[in-house]
Amino acid sequence: MSNLELDRIISSYEGKKGVLIPLLQDAQKLEGYLSKEIMRYVAEHSDIRLADIYGVATFYTMFRLKPQGKHIIRVCKGTACHVSDAGALLDSLRDELGLTEGEDTTADGNFTVMEVACLGCCSLAPVIMVDATTYGKLTVNKVAGILKNYK
Amino acid sequence: MSHIRIKVGMASCGVAAGAAEVYQAIQERLAAGGIEAKLEKTGCVGMCSWEPLIEITPPGAETVTYGNVDPKEVAGLLDRVAAGELPREGYTIVPRQETLADQVRIVLRNTGIIDPVSIDDYIAADGYKALAKVLDDMTREAVIDEIKESGLRGRGGAGFPTGLKWQFAYNEQKPKKYVICNADEGDPGAFMDRSVLEGDPHSIIEGMIICAYAIGADEGYLYVRAEYPMAIDHLRKALADAEARGYLGKSIMGSEFNFDLHIKEGAGAFVCGEETALMASIEGERGMPKIRPPFPAQSGLWKYPTNINNVETFANIAWIINNGAAAYNAHGTERSKGTKVFALAGKIKHSGLVEVPMGTPLRDVIYKVGGGMPTEKPFKAVQLGGPSGGCVPASLLDTLVDYDSITKTGAIMGSGGMVVMDTGTCMVDVAKFFLNFTQNESCGKCTFCRVGTKRMLEILERICAGEGRMSDIDTLYDLAENIAKGSLCGLGQTAPNPVLTTLRYFRDEYEAHIRNKRCPAGVCNALVSFTIDADKCVGCTLCARKCPTDAITGEVKKLHVINQELCIKCGACMTACRFGAVIKA
Ligand SMILES: Cc1cc2nc3c(=O)[nH]c(=O)nc-3n(C[C@H](O)[C@H](O)[C@H](O)COP(=O)(O)O)c2cc1C
Repeated sequence: MSNLELDRIISSYEGKKGVLIPLLQDAQKLEGYLSKEIMRYVAEHSDIRLADIYGVATFYTMFRLKPQGKHIIRVCKGTACHVSDAGALLDSLRDELGLTEGEDTTADGNFTVMEVACLGCCSLAPVIMVDATTYGKLTVNKVAGILKNYK
Repeated sequence: MSHIRIKVGMASCGVAAGAAEVYQAIQERLAAGGIEAKLEKTGCVGMCSWEPLIEITPPGAETVTYGNVDPKEVAGLLDRVAAGELPREGYTIVPRQETLADQVRIVLRNTGIIDPVSIDDYIAADGYKALAKVLDDMTREAVIDEIKESGLRGRGGAGFPTGLKWQFAYNEQKPKKYVICNADEGDPGAFMDRSVLEGDPHSIIEGMIICAYAIGADEGYLYVRAEYPMAIDHLRKALADAEARGYLGKSIMGSEFNFDLHIKEGAGAFVCGEETALMASIEGERGMPKIRPPFPAQSGLWKYPTNINNVETFANIAWIINNGAAAYNAHGTERSKGTKVFALAGKIKHSGLVEVPMGTPLRDVIYKVGGGMPTEKPFKAVQLGGPSGGCVPASLLDTLVDYDSITKTGAIMGSGGMVVMDTGTCMVDVAKFFLNFTQNESCGKCTFCRVGTKRMLEILERICAGEGRMSDIDTLYDLAENIAKGSLCGLGQTAPNPVLTTLRYFRDEYEAHIRNKRCPAGVCNALVSFTIDADKCVGCTLCARKCPTDAITGEVKKLHVINQELCIKCGACMTACRFGAVIKA
């Protein structure tokens, strides 16, 4: 981790109010997650307490405390997707990636699977988002084809 | 020189359906030459089930909207249009007039029509005219009176009268005030705000500027969900353009009024849609709701008077100023004026974004505007208001869409999510789904919400697993009452609604799960059995290989059979089967 970059992020928010969330969002971009080291470093080099940093990092789902896969797959679990059998889609996706219970990142570090509340594309249910691309009207069989593009 | 006009719906759901590829195919065909056409992007046309969509208007001719467009057919289509044809045969033609016939578009006046990132398009559609009128001819008091007179009520869920809310903020004598737009749209099944943010960002900004003028604020925030990247992009561009044209910043349109507007991205917490939690989040803290009073109008962001409204609420403002309160309150019922935007989704033929006058019967929204059910499976219920709302059964389809009538059913108007369910949906499972959601999203501050929702969820899980007891129903009612009473914010207060409404209208379904160990809709895995359809099975062996308990036997190219003694009903075989041969009933 380059502390220079963190220093730059910290100083870009100096003297402003309500900065903790955007500061942590920027810091998270460095390694894709907020490591203990990053959180400690921010606390030591700003006037924000470590407890407040950890409190915010654990409150919002956007903050990740573990290393993430190269590609993030967000499976929509909104109402429309739920009634369109998103559950089966998630099961088969996890199966396809060989994830066992409790795991969310593949052993090769290529994919992380997350469930999200609603992506707001309800008319295309069920929907998944891989990185910034949304795929809709999915069936279990289509998922494997989509994953191939990211291998 | 007159051009053919071509518009492509490029909202994020259009893009997800392939609109970007269609747009590119059109660009390529036009670049190849020989066709005089103007290609434009627009926002959500609202007819999501037909995405990707293109609209073609030859000079002097009427517009034809093509749906489910395949990028490969684009070049051929354009050639025929250039030759003076508007072919219908072999293409999906969207019955646009029909779907719009029962709608009144005020909030969605520009969405899907103008190019959302072009301020000139917005201005050409009477944009910023209301702001000019307010600054030139109206006092702050007159603006508030006009909004009061219109009868507009907040569209974020609670339905508080907007003019009155502005009056409270106006009344405060403080050196600093804020205006906040709540664009945290978190209800699963709701995408109205996203469509307006993406499709007509200036209308929201104009509404906020007018509000700031009226209450006397000089700074504001748009708090937008981070899951809406396109909305954030469009707002950024719109803010920069508005500032460059002098609609934002210092001495707006040459007046003495100043207003700065910032975007704040959410970080993923449903409870931050609650206004006090939202402000805590802007201040950089954990988004936990606070006790009211004091209300935001007295002590809001950084303890200054703050007026907070929803996206749709703000999108109404410029229209009301331009057309007058009387034109607005001509629509609607006694106590619910104007229109309401709904996101129609689930088991419905024409899912999409619709705007109907308040007082339209639910039946018309679903059957006339939405085209009814997509398959032979009959209608069972419509879920309104997301996790704070409830399921309205077929017997109440004549309920009018207005705040009071919907509240009487036990559901709420909410933000406008409308998810239609057919007989293939299990209502206990739906209740479980929402409880799982609220339980996850509870911020943990109030014990009843934090622990009570967990207890309710456990009971629902037990019932779905076939291990329910009749006394569980009483316990659910008891918990529901206490959670509603013992929670500080709307999240806990309304969390029991999905359970209460399903118990009220579909109690027999709960009892079938508990007494007969049966899930009538065939959804709850533990209460159904999996079998293999002899006509469909091709003997590919995939299911047998996927089965974790080796319950499936059969030879290659021969019918496979599931041993019910060994089956743990995990559904892996059904998910795996590529021929739809596994039956769950
Ligand atoms: C848990 C919870 C979530 C909410 N989420 C939203 C939301 O996503 N968008 C919104 O506009 N209002 C939401 N609200 C309502 C707001 O607290 C507030 O009433 C609203 O923004 C006021 O705007 P309005 O008067 O224009 O409706 C939520 C309330 C609660 C209790």
